[in-house]
Amino acid sequence: MTEPRWAIEAQGLVKTFGAQRAVDRLDLQVPVGTVYGVLGPNGAGKTTTIRMLATLLPLDGGTASVFGHDVATDAHRVRQLIGVTGQYASVDETLTARENLDIFCRLHGLRGKAIRTKSDQLLESFGLSDAASKPLQNFSGGMRRRLDLAASLISRPPLIFLDEPTTGLDPRTRGQMWDTIRELVHDGSTVLLTTQYLDEADQLASRIAVIDTGRVVAEGTSDELKAQVGASSLHLTLDDAARTEEAGRIVASSVGSEVTVTPEARRLTSPLADADHVTDTLVRLREAGIRVTEMSVTKPSLDEVFLTLTGRGSSAAETPDDAEERAA
Amino acid sequence: MTATAITPGFARALPRHVPLRQTVSDSLVMARRALVKMRRTPEQLIDVTVQPVIFTVMFTYIFGGAIAGDVASYLPAFIPGILAQTVLTGASAAGTTLREDMDKGVFDRFASLPIARIAPLAGALLGDIVRYLIATTITFAMGFLMGWRPEGGVVGVTAAAVLVIAVAWALSWIFALVGVTAKSARGVQGISFLILFPLTFLSNAFVPVDTMPGWLQGFVDVNPVSHVITAVRDLCNAGTFGTDGWLALLGAVTVVAVFAPLTVAKYRRHAR
Ligand SMILES: Nc1ncnc2c1ncn2[C@@H]1O[C@H](COP(=O)(O)OP(=O)(O)OP(=O)(O)O)[C@@H](O)[C@H]1O
Ligand SMILES: [Mg+2]
Repeated sequence: MTEPRWAIEAQGLVKTFGAQRAVDRLDLQVPVGTVYGVLGPNGAGKTTTIRMLATLLPLDGGTASVFGHDVATDAHRVRQLIGVTGQYASVDETLTARENLDIFCRLHGLRGKAIRTKSDQLLESFGLSDAASKPLQNFSGGMRRRLDLAASLISRPPLIFLDEPTTGLDPRTRGQMWDTIRELVHDGSTVLLTTQYLDEADQLASRIAVIDTGRVVAEGTSDELKAQVGASSLHLTLDDAARTEEAGRIVASSVGSEVTVTPEARRLTSPLADADHVTDTLVRLREAGIRVTEMSVTKPSLDEVFLTLTGRGSSAAETPDDAEERAA
Repeated sequence: MTATAITPGFARALPRHVPLRQTVSDSLVMARRALVKMRRTPEQLIDVTVQPVIFTVMFTYIFGGAIAGDVASYLPAFIPGILAQTVLTGASAAGTTLREDMDKGVFDRFASLPIARIAPLAGALLGDIVRYLIATTITFAMGFLMGWRPEGGVVGVTAAAVLVIAVAWALSWIFALVGVTAKSARGVQGISFLILFPLTFLSNAFVPVDTMPGWLQGFVDVNPVSHVITAVRDLCNAGTFGTDGWLALLGAVTVVAVFAPLTVAKYRRHAR
């Protein structure tokens, strides 16, 4: 028998809620031993997809398997292979962190001293030792998330689902979460991670699926996606509004592409194919005696990814505009 | 984290179903969880502590004189009645508790764990046995304080307690089904009361059946709660166990056999 390569293999997944197709013929192949990022705006179907793959929601169409076991017909086997950290913490609010872990350890078949050892080890590595005996009502959002993830790792599952693990975390806690995820993969797990942040997928995931309205609109490594999306952009703010037009011509010729000029704001924006062009641009502006008060280079945002990949803005960004148009 | 590597997904030998032994142990772990929760939220116990005290005293002095002439001679018939009523009221909370619990995120985790599907339900209901035990003890103690001296002795009273608790646990599956079916916790409460009131009041709990109109007597006679109450009276007051006891147990087994599978099936389909 040839070993299947995929930790997750899904074909034509469908989930309908009433008249709405939350997931619409979605295909996914997640290689073993990697972080796979699922990127999409609010309502794209990320959570619904994870819930189907994690046996929490029945499929309305298509097939999915985890390490070769069908999620619909072999759910119990799949559950022995996965750890799930949902978008909202799935721990017991009324209990303490230790009581929570105690129950989950027992449900994983641990007894006696092994429970204490396991709980201590998890509390320690997630920095929760000091708060172990406090009821969760007194926990911060970040602490709850960490406990939630700790609870998912009791059985050291080879596949871990993380639904927006860093949404709502401060930058330091987010960095810790990223480190934890890297360690998991280093130890041999496969991680499926959803996020709304391109940056996060970029940092962690070896492959990314961009989904929108329940379908995969692009798939590949982060470099492949960026190549599709195009370049970063260069933003300049000038000291002297009168010279924006002149500066625009200089920037255009040194960057080699069109420049958007906003004289009222003394701003220039231009796509940037090669970061090296920034130096040339700044040197030539200095030579012309044009003072720059602000300069920044931004990577493509999620909105731009969507604009490029779907030919329109992300639905999250679109909704307020639509509302305004209608109001106007 | 740890130095040991994770066993690869393909290299694991996995059972296809939950073995029976694990089903039992998972349910017991869930019962343990219910007990820890009770300790953390003692206000959940009001209906099985304060309520039996108030009900026992109140009903005894309101009905006692009118029905039996004096309080002391009402107690042997009345304490078993109020016991059944109190414990069943306790059982009727099962649906609401379950529902509120299910609406919380932790049930998502239970659903994703390789445990028996029945465990979160059975465990919650098993944990409730402690509540029934508290209610039973308090009701008997109140009766004793008011002068009740059961002829059946310690053995009879203990057997009666076991019977009532077993029946309450069985009937709690009906309320559990309501809990997993209704749309909101408030709805669960409403429906639970609609089931509870006829079961407890349209019985021989408080007044002699021959004072009721004929059509009502028909229902009271088939109501399993009436058989439980008669059996409890026999056990407490005479130390005997007869047909009513067997009928009560048969009713309990039937209810579990019908409602437990329905509840689990409904719970499996419950998707948030
Ligand atoms: N239980 C449900 N009943 C009805 N509609 C649902 C349900 N769950 C999800 N939906 C709808 O399905 C669509 C996809 O939802 P989903 O939660 O999967 O999106 P998401 O990508 O996780 O979004 P977010 O970033 O906001 O978490 C949404 O339009 C949502 O309103
Ligand atoms: Mg989501």
